[in-house]
Amino acid sequence: MNAVRGLRLCLLAAGSLGFAVLFTLAVLDLPPFGGNFHPYGDRAVRASLLRGTPNTVSSVNFDQRSLDTLGEELILVASALGAVVLLRAVRREEEDEPARHHLGPADVFDALRVTGYPLLPVTVLVGVYIVAHGQLSPGGGFQGGVVLGTALHLLYLTGDYPALARIRPVPLFEVGETAAAAVFVVLALAFAGQVIASNVAVGVEVGCAFVLVLAKFFEQALLIRVPA
Amino acid sequence: MGEVLLVAAFALTALMATAVVLTRDPVRQAIVLSGYGLSLGVLFVTLQAPDVAMAQLAVGTVMVPLMVMLAVAAIRRHQRKDGP
Repeated sequence: MNAVRGLRLCLLAAGSLGFAVLFTLAVLDLPPFGGNFHPYGDRAVRASLLRGTPNTVSSVNFDQRSLDTLGEELILVASALGAVVLLRAVRREEEDEPARHHLGPADVFDALRVTGYPLLPVTVLVGVYIVAHGQLSPGGGFQGGVVLGTALHLLYLTGDYPALARIRPVPLFEVGETAAAAVFVVLALAFAGQVIASNVAVGVEVGCAFVLVLAKFFEQALLIRVPA
Repeated sequence: MGEVLLVAAFALTALMATAVVLTRDPVRQAIVLSGYGLSLGVLFVTLQAPDVAMAQLAVGTVMVPLMVMLAVAAIRRHQRKDGP
């Protein structure tokens, strides 16, 4: 046992040392922090203004490098799919209906409820704004989608899990996720440069993916049980 | 002025990261991790990367800590059922 441990430590030491040497060499060759020499940035800004997308980040994401973004989005789809498949009810586990647990509005502070309910529509509106203005101001499909996906869970914060379950029917979000991903694949491959449409497709896809993953985590934490 | 802000943001991030490592209870750690996500968001804004900061705020302060909390809750529930 001790020999294995010693071998592992040797392996770790060798790896760490190699990484430290290579990392130091790489850092020494970096351009200095700040500065005015940004060859890639200058070209990206010029190209994005030429194509009528003032937000250069969105232009890079959905116009200049949309194939890279396609890869990233498919990674997100794959990981959401993986979470949904891994966290399903397996073998002897059973899933309860939320009503059976009497998971009604829980006993939370009134302040939390008063803050949570009005914040829900405001946050959804902010999410839609970030998606819709992605080509003009900071933001875009991913950022807005993340805001939209997390906004719904304000309902859980106010202590009302059944309301959250009603507002996000899982099958609908599964269809939304895959349909939006398919639309984005077509957009990125056939109609590259449609920044607004890409933002919308990615926003729907990311929002649905986040809601789905969190829904599966909630089911595991609250509803799934192993019968005695 | 700009340098002062940058140094402060870097220092805050380093401080919060150390706090995350030094917190040993997973539930408390999730909350501290949320604070660390917030400080990373501030750092990205001071580095003039608002797009990244937006994604970081939502993912780092809400998504990841919530997933950790839910996972801990699920583990505790199952342990209670299986135990005596």
